[in-house]
Amino acid sequence: MLLLRLYLEFFKTGLFAVGGGLATVPFLTDMADKTGWFSHAELANMIAISESTPGPMGVNMATYVGFTTAGIPGAIIATLGLITPSIIVILLVARVLAAFRTNKIVAGVFYGLRPASVGLIAAAGVAIVELALVNVDALAGGNWMQAISGRGVILAILVWLCARRFKPHPAVLIAASAVVGVVFHFAGV
Amino acid sequence: MNELWQMFALFARIGGLTFGGGYAMLPILQREIVEKRGWATEEELMDYYAVGQCTPGIIAVNTATFIGNKRRGTIGGIVATLGVVFPSLVIITIIAAFIQNFAHLAWVQNAFAGIQVCVCVLIFRTVVKMARSAVIDGPTLAIFVAVLVGSVVFSLTPILFVIVCGALGVAIQVLLKKEGGEA
Repeated sequence: MLLLRLYLEFFKTGLFAVGGGLATVPFLTDMADKTGWFSHAELANMIAISESTPGPMGVNMATYVGFTTAGIPGAIIATLGLITPSIIVILLVARVLAAFRTNKIVAGVFYGLRPASVGLIAAAGVAIVELALVNVDALAGGNWMQAISGRGVILAILVWLCARRFKPHPAVLIAASAVVGVVFHFAGV
Repeated sequence: MNELWQMFALFARIGGLTFGGGYAMLPILQREIVEKRGWATEEELMDYYAVGQCTPGIIAVNTATFIGNKRRGTIGGIVATLGVVFPSLVIITIIAAFIQNFAHLAWVQNAFAGIQVCVCVLIFRTVVKMARSAVIDGPTLAIFVAVLVGSVVFSLTPILFVIVCGALGVAIQVLLKKEGGEA
């Protein structure tokens, strides 16, 4: 039963996530809220690992969530769920490729979908910012000084500047941030 | 059978060499599919890749399905797709199992707390990059802002936004007969 739900959730993700890379993240945030299969913190960790290991990112995310939820069968089922709609849609589109490329309605759909996809990813980013940089307890208690992690903000700014200046592979930035986290006890343990 | 197996092995190799998004796999596809094997022409590959970006699902998976289908029909599409996801299944399962066993250690928790800050930055850099090609005029800016605010304030399913904005896009482009929005 869990495996069937996993398959269906990822089928939906594969069917509605458009635009590659991080496009599945908003769907996974929603899945975390609705099913409780994994937390936002686990999701952020999965994003980091999926970016820094071989394999297309969306596929890595599906395998990871599936494994966390239901072990090796879960990893396989979630990944198959994600790719099923792609296979069906592409096999259909392949028959009418030329018409699809020049179709006005298809162009219109993607004119509206692209900014929506960016908006969804930005919203998922806000959820991760809350997790990584905001102390929710202090915020609720009205303790504004401690509500935002100062050193977290400093690290974020440094990472942004390095990314702009040197354009390294994301895995390099992730590894460097991990070292900073360990050295400065970012989790407070 | 032999060719299907070769196809699986090749796409498994391509999947294993792709880091990050599907954008990273284009040069490898050009070398392996077009230059070495002649399974598709340069133009076909660019077509598949372009359409793979504006169809649902993972770009790398969509492109693999296209090429497999071109070569060996439906079964080829399925085999190529299974090939491209195979390395992810193996590698991520091993890493996930490994991390599960060490997640309780203090230094692992500290490392991930640092990593989460980095992930915020990576996400917003992607947002900025994507916005350059997606948010191109007034209506697309309005859609972006509405979806961002709507999604943060109300926790609605992303599917709803996708359907509504797809319909809106058609309404704006087709009914108002405006030019623009290259697909």
